[in-house]
Amino acid sequence: MQYLLLCCSNEKSWADLPAPERDKVMAEYAEWTQAIVRSGHYRASGKLQPTSTATTVRETGGKRVATDGPFAETREQLGGYHLIECRDLDEAIAIAGRIPTLRHGGAVEVRPLEPTPHR
Amino acid sequence: MNLGELHRREYGRILASLIRAIGDFDLAEDALQEAFQAALVQWPEQGPPQNPVAWLISTARNKAIDRIRHRALAERKQEEIAALAELAAPEEDAPVPLDTLRLIFTCCHPALAPEAQMALTLRTVCGLTTEEIARAFVVPVPTLAQRLVRAKAKIKGARIPYEVPEDDQLADRLDSVMAVVYLVFNEGYAASFGAEWVRGELCAEAIGLGRLLIELLPAEREPKGLLALMLLHDARRETRTDADGEIVLLEDQDRSRWNLAKIAEGARLVTQALRGGAPGRYTVQAAIAAVHAQAERAADTDWRQIAALYGVLAALDPSPIVALNRAVAVAMADGMERGLALLETIHLPGYHLLPAARADLLRRLGRRQDAAAAYREALALVTNEAERRFLERRLAEVTAPH
Repeated sequence: MQYLLLCCSNEKSWADLPAPERDKVMAEYAEWTQAIVRSGHYRASGKLQPTSTATTVRETGGKRVATDGPFAETREQLGGYHLIECRDLDEAIAIAGRIPTLRHGGAVEVRPLEPTPHR
Repeated sequence: MNLGELHRREYGRILASLIRAIGDFDLAEDALQEAFQAALVQWPEQGPPQNPVAWLISTARNKAIDRIRHRALAERKQEEIAALAELAAPEEDAPVPLDTLRLIFTCCHPALAPEAQMALTLRTVCGLTTEEIARAFVVPVPTLAQRLVRAKAKIKGARIPYEVPEDDQLADRLDSVMAVVYLVFNEGYAASFGAEWVRGELCAEAIGLGRLLIELLPAEREPKGLLALMLLHDARRETRTDADGEIVLLEDQDRSRWNLAKIAEGARLVTQALRGGAPGRYTVQAAIAAVHAQAERAADTDWRQIAALYGVLAALDPSPIVALNRAVAVAMADGMERGLALLETIHLPGYHLLPAARADLLRRLGRRQDAAAAYREALALVTNEAERRFLERRLAEVTAPH
């Protein structure tokens, strides 16, 4: 079963972290990623640029309109994702629980993907 | 055993083994429902089978197989039809204790909302109907039904496993199970002030779940403490209110009406739970309840021991509510002034029991005017009607002319 891990954190407090501390977390992050690649859970990953680079597209009155900013203003912002293959939710929760940014107030939403038909 | 009793006593065990065999909550529930309906028709005609539980399991399994076959044929799913051969293979038709434990851990999975955990546990493990559970939690039936549907959809959709957690996870997950059991108990206990009987039933269900946990996890100590705590509270349940539904405080309760068998069992369990290492929260609370329950008269209460136990509890659970209870115990053990000083340090804005406790200690000191002011403070915050009437009676006492 595939799960998408949506990593959310507060962009500002992340930016306010001293550089050596940030480097340390990123090094731990690289280790975490290598570990799930080795264990065979890894499918895909991506780190997003900050929400200041986001553009949201909507349809209003039959017209496509692109506006500056993320689709919703939230206290925590989506900063990256990981797609993993797991036996069940417990395994996915265990893997998500080892993401190093959790220590700095981040949150990880664990979402199962709809199973693809006829796989 | 008649069918109704069988349903009450065996439903959860039978369902647990069906879920394991079939791998689908809804299908297992529907099939078991059909099997009970078939029994209702067939048993009076043909006489009950020799092994009713085995009959129900195999009948339900056959009904489930029928349904899967229909569905698979309609959708031409070859692999499901192949899997049926495996499912139909005769296996021992007896409930396996491990299956019940799996079911409990799945229903109490922390990925489900607490109210969904409670509802699902009562529905599947205890076999209560949706209507009974809705009545007990005072929510509309459709709301509760929706809650159950969502929880089951999440179990299936997010693939919450049907497993007893690994050893390294067991302690955490057991905490979550015990929290659900104790929440169910408190739902019944807190609301049995003049409310209908169904809510008292929740206490019985929670105690039944507590017994089940001990039977299934005999090596764990904290479930023994939890069961002890529930038994010791339940032993006094009926003396907590008078004939008019008014609150009767512990010190004024008719101790001759306490259930001695429950107290004895609770005390025995506390002793077992305390043995072999640092105790958990439920065990310490049970130990406190045991000291209360074992005092023949209120005046015989060993407040020093209770205050010491609250000290242990405060270290495990540094919440202001525990601190409040500890302050009262210290007041009773070492004098009202010491208790009042401790109450001063507690921050619980908006909580009526803090001024109510202060009022009671002031009343015991004979500081009637200060007590009256504190009772008024508590009255401004209280929401429960029985508690309001109690505080009003106390206020009238301290403001009455000598």
